[in-house]
Amino acid sequence: MTKETYAPGTHPSLPPPKNTVGVIYWLRENLFSSATNSIVTLVSIYLLYLALPSAINWLFIDATYVGTTRKDCAPDGACLAFIGERFNLFVYGFYPAELRWRVNLATLLLVVAGAAVLWDKIPARKHMLKFAMVYPFIGAWLLTGGFGLESVGTHLFGGLMLTLTIGVTGIVFSLPLGILLALGRQSNLPIIKYFCIGFIEFIRGVPLITLLFVASTMLSYFLPPGTTFDLLMRVLIMVTLFASAYMAEVIRGGLQALPKGQLEAAESLGLNYGQAMRFIILPQALKISIPGIVNTFIGLYKDSTLVIVIGLLDPLGIGRASVADSDWLGLSTEVYLFVAVFFFISCFGMARYSLYLENKLNTGHKR
Amino acid sequence: MSTPTSNTNPLLRAWYDKETRSVIVQIIAAALILAFFSFIINNAVVNLSNIGKDINFSFLWDNASYDINQHLIEYSSTSSHFRAMIVGLINTLLVAVAGIVLATILGFLLGVMRLSSNWLTQKIAYVYIEYMRNVPVLLHILLLHGLIVSSLPRPKGSYNFGDTFFLNNRGFQMPSPEFQSLFWIVSGFVVGGLAFAWWFSRHAQKVQDTTGKAYPVALINIAAIVLLPLAVYFILGSPIEWDVPALKGFNFKGGMVIRPEFIALWLALSLYTAAFIGEIVRAGIVAIDHGQTEAAQALGISNSRVLKLVVIPQALRVIIPPLTSQYLNLAKNSSLALAIGYMDIVATIGGISLNQTGREMECMLIVMGIYLAISLIISSGMNWYNNRMQLVER
Repeated sequence: MTKETYAPGTHPSLPPPKNTVGVIYWLRENLFSSATNSIVTLVSIYLLYLALPSAINWLFIDATYVGTTRKDCAPDGACLAFIGERFNLFVYGFYPAELRWRVNLATLLLVVAGAAVLWDKIPARKHMLKFAMVYPFIGAWLLTGGFGLESVGTHLFGGLMLTLTIGVTGIVFSLPLGILLALGRQSNLPIIKYFCIGFIEFIRGVPLITLLFVASTMLSYFLPPGTTFDLLMRVLIMVTLFASAYMAEVIRGGLQALPKGQLEAAESLGLNYGQAMRFIILPQALKISIPGIVNTFIGLYKDSTLVIVIGLLDPLGIGRASVADSDWLGLSTEVYLFVAVFFFISCFGMARYSLYLENKLNTGHKR
Repeated sequence: MSTPTSNTNPLLRAWYDKETRSVIVQIIAAALILAFFSFIINNAVVNLSNIGKDINFSFLWDNASYDINQHLIEYSSTSSHFRAMIVGLINTLLVAVAGIVLATILGFLLGVMRLSSNWLTQKIAYVYIEYMRNVPVLLHILLLHGLIVSSLPRPKGSYNFGDTFFLNNRGFQMPSPEFQSLFWIVSGFVVGGLAFAWWFSRHAQKVQDTTGKAYPVALINIAAIVLLPLAVYFILGSPIEWDVPALKGFNFKGGMVIRPEFIALWLALSLYTAAFIGEIVRAGIVAIDHGQTEAAQALGISNSRVLKLVVIPQALRVIIPPLTSQYLNLAKNSSLALAIGYMDIVATIGGISLNQTGREMECMLIVMGIYLAISLIISSGMNWYNNRMQLVER
């Protein structure tokens, strides 16, 4: 038996004690660390046992995936066959089938433009950003037609593409409008300030569906006699105005969090109001408000479902119509869960992106 | 010595002067705003007169001639539109208040679960919150309504709880109280108990502040508010008669019913808002410096009192402002009742009355005005509470 000798400080680390590693230790530490903890764990496991197996059975194992009517479905399982049957309706609404390539192309370009804005390592970002600036017009042209393309009425818009249309338009226009409103509310020009306060508080005080009602039934009263206005356009304007009021409050929070010295320093350097805002105040304020801004985007995206109360058919509206369809009667749970999955993926994705952005921009403020 | 004389143009000079410029900008803004409003008001007047309409609220006293299936005050199809509006308003307030209560309870529970040292509860709360937050509330409402209507049995096969409560796809049937003449004595005791509890809490606080002696305040108050009136109730020989629902033919007669629309809306709004409140509560508790807890523990205060006396009072200051906006959201989201046919303010005066009378302008003004008032009341109430909880600084 040789006894190894080590110079001070060169002994390799010993393995940790047996009772502080492994599954058992993890279980003991995280699930059974005390009597109450153990009871809570057991109760949770029991509740999961009650809920999960039957739900999984219903949703996956006993489910029917293929079929053309409700009668093809097993009575005890979920009837997922309608998804295949209705898939195009859920995605394109009533957009003419032979023109769907335009929707696909617009979505593809949206992904490219979105990548340019969201991902700063994209090659040739400068040019890509220019493309992103003009994308809204290209997208609108592709979807509605005109200028050489066959035009498609917006009443045919529906499903996922309608949600994307409303969501993207709202997001693109509500941010600049929200910034202007927030600056207006902070302004020391009383007329502008009180106009902004009045606008923001009014919009935030009423539910979106009353505004949508106004847009759908009453807006024609406020326009010069004889003017008509596309319904989708009116909805887009209302949704944008609605989101911009919330955006303004989020950005105001960011503006208020900045010390006054920032503006004073900028002014003492001789920057005028516009320059001070653009180079000093807004970059910092917007950075602080990123979580709130993304939350407003997510809210806007979810609120786009409210258009079903004025008769537009987004995925939820199509789902609701499918529930009433005599071929697929009594499928509400399956239909709505399917739509929920779609919304969950997009909103969860946005929330994750905001976390990533927060971490990336968190330069030196970490405690 | 010469000063730079590049701006000889007086207009340009005025523009570079901050004071003058702000006046100019404001005059332009005011002119634009006025022009805009006079433009749309003028359009509205012209358009309305073209189709022979005016703005007139007297239709509110005409017969509404439609039924509302849930009314807490007397209402029939011969009542006026005004009364229909009040019924709708009460229904809105009912679901908003019930939703706020349930959402707050669930939200605090979720917030605590998210911070639990138990891995499993923490993950359950996380999954729940993420699912709820990332799916539109309208979808939750429709899903729950669909679930209730399609999965609960018909009245014939109701879930029966001791022959007094019944659950079926027409709602939750339960006995309704009929108050006898002696009941006012019991209510008198309840009011007296509340007054006593209010006085006693303040008194006990004062005693504790001066002498350090602590009374079992909660126990005594519960006895005063609940136990004593209950004892009086039984001594007087139970002066409430219960009208128990019973199955007659295809439906239940007697008792009262909580309708499926209400249950779906209430649960969906509460479950949805609770997820947001859970995150707010978690953020509020995390925001409290750990040193506070450690200092309290070092003083030998027990864990539950640390939570009650040190952590929660400080966390509430962080929690209340965002909590207020969640309450406001819940109240406004209750307008989605329309989608499942719950007769709230939007569905009554802003829906059926509007369609019957064709008075869009007046009805929408009323609906928006009411929501603005509700928002104002909630936010001023929460501001008052917030000011009371605020740290008193010198």
